[in-house]
Amino acid sequence: MPSWQWSSRRRVSPCRRLGLFLFAPEALTLLAAIVAVSILPSSLASGATGMAAPSDDQGIGVVNAAPPGGLLDSLLFYAVAGGAVVPAIGVCVTKNIVRMAVWLFVALGSVATLYFLLAASFLGAIQLIVYAGGTLVLLIFGVMLTSKSPWVRFQPRAVEVVAAIIVCTGLLVCLCLVYARTTWHSPEGVVPGTPLVQLGRRLLTAYLVPFEVAGVLLFIVMVGAAHLARQER
Amino acid sequence: MTIGLSHYLVVSAVLFCCGLFTMMTKRNAVGILIGVELVLNAAAVNLVSFDRFLGPGRIDGQIGALFVIVLAAAEAALAVGICVNVYRNLSTVDVDTATALRG
Repeated sequence: MPSWQWSSRRRVSPCRRLGLFLFAPEALTLLAAIVAVSILPSSLASGATGMAAPSDDQGIGVVNAAPPGGLLDSLLFYAVAGGAVVPAIGVCVTKNIVRMAVWLFVALGSVATLYFLLAASFLGAIQLIVYAGGTLVLLIFGVMLTSKSPWVRFQPRAVEVVAAIIVCTGLLVCLCLVYARTTWHSPEGVVPGTPLVQLGRRLLTAYLVPFEVAGVLLFIVMVGAAHLARQER
Repeated sequence: MTIGLSHYLVVSAVLFCCGLFTMMTKRNAVGILIGVELVLNAAAVNLVSFDRFLGPGRIDGQIGALFVIVLAAAEAALAVGICVNVYRNLSTVDVDTATALRG
């Protein structure tokens, strides 16, 4: 069969149709929600809430648009948390390797937004640049170099899937019980800024050895990966 | 309800369990790598959320998450190199067919 006839000859099962119908608009809505949530905190200036702006002694703009305990804070958190959890479940459920990579991309974007909510803006930017823009592209290159045909699928045995579901849900339930029953002693009334200057200083004073070791490790990884993937003569 | 530490920890736990499920059930080697990425993301979210809620002026959790990102990129690069080599030798990335070292 010539390649231009492949897509018209494929039969799509009803379950798949339903899944496509449910997931495709969901993915678009999730993306739109993530973009809106990323833009929203920076557009709500502190004047909108009527509170005085926190002191900006780090040189980076501090925006207290979503005060802790407010409705906006909860809405933002649940939207972004949903945007992280749903693509993670999508990664588990999907059988196509390229769709798994796309769901992972959405999950990484949501985790970056989670970092912005946790007042770790530098880390959120690094997550988007390095993780979503570097590691994920590398994984997609790996998918490209190791795929034989578009519709080859590896199905795990049903026993393995059931055992994995039991183990993972058991672990999730145990972790959530531990988190619900622990009393965390968090200090009151704290709104941290974005301590970029402090982060740079700590990286070069207290965390100098891990910093240098990470540099050496990256060099080793570059040489090793180039050697592993070299063309055989 | 005030969004506290346990909310972020539950999100990271769900990410971790989804990554663990992906690592356990996928037969494609790159699929297993995608699960590893999810697990590492969960750990980094954990570090940053502990840092934000339990240590007001501290950024050690963010530095830890930074190193997690660096290490995840490094091991993804090497693991993809290994997958490419497996594909060259076995002409498939199905991990169930890589049984040469099975006892």
